[in-house]
Amino acid sequence: MEKTWNNKAWFMVLPVLLLVAFSAVIPLMTVVNYSVQDTFGNNEFFWAGTEWFEEVLASERFHDALFRNLAFSLIILAIEVPLGIAIALAMPRSGFWVPVCLVLMALPLLIPWNVVGTIWQVFGRADIGLLGHTLAYLGIPYNYTQDPVAAWITVIVMDVWHWTSLVVLLCYAGLVSIPEAYYQAAKIDGASRWSVFRYIQLPKMHRVLLIAVLLRFMDSFMIYTEPFVVTGGGPGNSTTFLSIDLVKMAIGQFDLGPAAAMSIVYFLIVLALSWVFYTVMTNYGQDER
Amino acid sequence: MTSSPSAGTAPHGFPAADALAPSRPQANVRRDGATGLARLSFLIPTIYIIFLLLPIYWLGTMSLKTNQEILGAFTLWPTNPTLANYRVIFTDPSWYNGYINSIIYVALNTVISVSVALPAAYAFSRYRFLGDKHLFFWLLTNRMAPPAVFALPFFQLYSSFGLIDTHIAVAIAHCLFNVPLAVWILEGFMSGVPKEIDETAYIDGYSFPRFFVKIFMPLIASGIGVAAFFCFMFSWVELLIARTLTTTAAKPIAATMTRTVSASGMDWGVLAAAGILTIIPGALVIWFVRNYIAKGFALGRV
Repeated sequence: MEKTWNNKAWFMVLPVLLLVAFSAVIPLMTVVNYSVQDTFGNNEFFWAGTEWFEEVLASERFHDALFRNLAFSLIILAIEVPLGIAIALAMPRSGFWVPVCLVLMALPLLIPWNVVGTIWQVFGRADIGLLGHTLAYLGIPYNYTQDPVAAWITVIVMDVWHWTSLVVLLCYAGLVSIPEAYYQAAKIDGASRWSVFRYIQLPKMHRVLLIAVLLRFMDSFMIYTEPFVVTGGGPGNSTTFLSIDLVKMAIGQFDLGPAAAMSIVYFLIVLALSWVFYTVMTNYGQDER
Repeated sequence: MTSSPSAGTAPHGFPAADALAPSRPQANVRRDGATGLARLSFLIPTIYIIFLLLPIYWLGTMSLKTNQEILGAFTLWPTNPTLANYRVIFTDPSWYNGYINSIIYVALNTVISVSVALPAAYAFSRYRFLGDKHLFFWLLTNRMAPPAVFALPFFQLYSSFGLIDTHIAVAIAHCLFNVPLAVWILEGFMSGVPKEIDETAYIDGYSFPRFFVKIFMPLIASGIGVAAFFCFMFSWVELLIARTLTTTAAKPIAATMTRTVSASGMDWGVLAAAGILTIIPGALVIWFVRNYIAKGFALGRV
């Protein structure tokens, strides 16, 4: 759509600008403030320069949390994306079951995140949970509060349970937008199931898949509540992801300087990713119009 | 399948056989394979949905059991279904106030987010102005910002305004991610409305506010509904910020749930009932937006 140049449009954006500035810019400035100062209590602050940044960037604790979070994000992407595509391909295209499927699949997305944690915490317990009890009955050792491997599997399965539907819904939206004529043409050409997928369905899903991958990556990169409820970051530090580590540092230990420096580093990573996301979203839109 | 020898060597419509075989019997082979697959393909979504519903079912059965039954013999369904756990929640003010608090700040947030996002989304979808692209990007970064980064500064900011433990504090704090979301979703819907409609309305002598309310808003009514739904949802599921900003008077239900440890141990039944009750609002309204769920999650860009 051709847009007209009109700077008065700023007045329409102003309320949003003020509101988001109040809830984003002021807090961020506080964080920047803390990140370059040191305190000994009594509200006395001293200039600390880049000391905290050096400390955070060099600290093993930050590296470990970052590594754990990256590993977690990549694992869940490797599971959720193929699984989501497979389910979207297998779903019926029309009929009575389509809305039922969509609503049932969207259900986990609408559950408060700590309730998601609670559901899996209960589900995995050997004494009262269906999963834990069944595994114990089968003689499979599984204890997510003691064993780091079990804790990781629980957190990953929980995320797959919680968010795969997002990939399914997006892929499905891409699939239903393919005109029937494409399939008929493929049939006339005698295309195999695989080539229909590779040359018709995958290109049409390309954009929604990119959105799904980016959204899943970013949201898993700032995951906090669900693993916190299930494992509390443990056993040990084995499921302490970036956000959990940050909250521990800021509110648990009240190490404002390092926590603020870590927030800034964290935010810059997210900012870079957002830029990729934005480019994908807007450029694709312009190609289509 | 029987007529073509080459198809016989590759019974599942292998690509190599596709390329070699003459086209007509070949097409039959492919269709047979496709319907065979189609007959089984309902299994994948079915298994997936069972996997999704099993943990929810388990929470549901637990909410209908007594604590003795939960901790005692292992049963797949409640032998003596009881609503006692729900009765606890609906009679104890410290429980049901949690729901009321959550609903108040979520509703406040939805109203604020959608009403400020409407004009902004219109500006982004219709006009180019100084810094528009930067602004649109900056909004997105707020949707992507980790709440953990904001928890502590929010606490200090709202303390200095004396707003801690009020509904409005949580409602405004949640605007951080909901306003960008609403702007993006509404912009997506508004861009689908042709600009000629605006121009025709102006020629007919409509003033801008009258045009916007009388003509434009009904045209994007579904978009407003979807934006409101997603604001409602993301405010409803968020806990970290809501918990940080409240202590007692505006404490959300999700935070209330963390204190079910009583003298006799964990009160699992009540915890399960509270969990089930937090799922219900989303489950009730999702039917109305079922065709737009994907669009909402993709920030209006599918």
